[in-house]
Amino acid sequence: MMDLQPVWDWFRVLHATTGIKLTIFYDAFDRVRFLNGFLTSIRLMALCLACSVAIGIVGAWVQGSQLKLLRALTQAYIQFFRNTPPLVQLYFFYFALGSYLRITNAAGLEVPIVSNFVWAVICLSLYAGSFNIEIFRAGIEAVPKETVEAAEALGYSRLKAYAYVILPLAFRISLPALNNNLVNLVKTTTIAYAIAVPEMLYVANQIWSDELNVAEMMNVLLVIYVSLVGMLVYAMGRWERALRIPGYTP
Amino acid sequence: MLQFVFFVIAAIASFIVTTFPLAAQTLDKVKQRGVLVVGTKADYKPFGFRDTSGAIVGFEPDLARDVASRLGVRLELEPVVSSNRMQFLQQGKIDLMLATMNVTQERRQTVGIIDPSYYASGVNVLAIKKAALKTWEQLKNQKICAIQGAWYNKVVAEKYGAEIVAFRGQTESETALLQGNCIGWMYDDTAFLERLGDPKWSAFEMPLETILDEPWGAAVKLEERDGPWGQFMAKTITEWHRSGKLIEVEKKWSIPPSAFLKKVSAETK
Repeated sequence: MMDLQPVWDWFRVLHATTGIKLTIFYDAFDRVRFLNGFLTSIRLMALCLACSVAIGIVGAWVQGSQLKLLRALTQAYIQFFRNTPPLVQLYFFYFALGSYLRITNAAGLEVPIVSNFVWAVICLSLYAGSFNIEIFRAGIEAVPKETVEAAEALGYSRLKAYAYVILPLAFRISLPALNNNLVNLVKTTTIAYAIAVPEMLYVANQIWSDELNVAEMMNVLLVIYVSLVGMLVYAMGRWERALRIPGYTP
Repeated sequence: MLQFVFFVIAAIASFIVTTFPLAAQTLDKVKQRGVLVVGTKADYKPFGFRDTSGAIVGFEPDLARDVASRLGVRLELEPVVSSNRMQFLQQGKIDLMLATMNVTQERRQTVGIIDPSYYASGVNVLAIKKAALKTWEQLKNQKICAIQGAWYNKVVAEKYGAEIVAFRGQTESETALLQGNCIGWMYDDTAFLERLGDPKWSAFEMPLETILDEPWGAAVKLEERDGPWGQFMAKTITEWHRSGKLIEVEKKWSIPPSAFLKKVSAETK
């Protein structure tokens, strides 16, 4: 690996000459913990994005099910997760549900089965997933009825028609709205700091308490989140263009 | 953010204090009216709390009583909390503050903190008995609950390799500890004293030696720190250390012997 010591030293000099205190570069302890915070955030975002889209796709299919009970359950799930604040959900999962889900480990201590990181993934995925279901439903409803009927006439089962005909078309229509929700999800991952998931905001908060460099760390967070969301929006935009069917979607 | 707010408040407060003319000397005033008003905590057992009759008792009220008897005046206790104790002093609502206040540079610029300090709180861990902790070194790679923004989180993480799981406030940390999310909770040792007497915490102990002691300062008005009143208090506190008064009061309230008092009394003898 390349030796980055000169770069770290440059930030130390920057602090000495201008007072801009970016300890996350020149203090080895802060550097490691901020890097770990960054990686935790990325992992959290990636897992939540994947799970929430999966929930959306499955949920939208279940919503069109013949079974009344299944439809009602999906509806209840959507209403519960869409209509409560994500921070409240997070506290509920971690402190209320978490207190029941415990096992006794080898050392005889009662420990939680689900870690705070996993609770954050579960909670945020379910939260964003409930929105995604509605987003996909809008896309599905925009697929012309004739197209669905044509698929049925060709002998497609309900699942096959959904997978090969309806979803591919609905997905294209849903993309702009999905885009919005996923950007929101990426930003919402910061609330995981409330249950002490060591993601970026949590680490930054601890660093600025220790080093009293609030302004610097706020700017670091701003730049990183703007870049991350920018990359997501760019990728989604590219995907949207790649999936475009001339004459079908605007 | 909070620290910034405190800083601004402290800055404004010190500006007001320094621009006002010198008030009447507290020492003369106290002797004249025959009453000494001392601000102490009323919610920090056993340092200052209310007994069953509603009277404020504890470690600090006892010290306040000693000051009053030295002056030959009646004592009146005024309950204060952390967010108003310095303002009460500046406004003259209290003559003296003995309210578990850590000495910091900003506070020194706002109120007249008396040297020497009369007590000190340090950092300790309220741990599950089953974890069988004996030394701080055992915290390596162990999950320890803490409060976000506490200055010692980094120190302990760096020095002992503990995995700090920090929450927003006391309640969250407490709940997380009780639910087994960590093997211990790191906080002010003095805050754990009351909990250790509570049956709810019977499965917990405070087995480690207190570290990172921070002194507690008595305070008078800033402009009187070097005047007769401040000098009187400095002399009184020095005598408390020398005569063993502080250790005696500590014992009376069943407070585990603090390393700070032992050290100071050894030095002054």
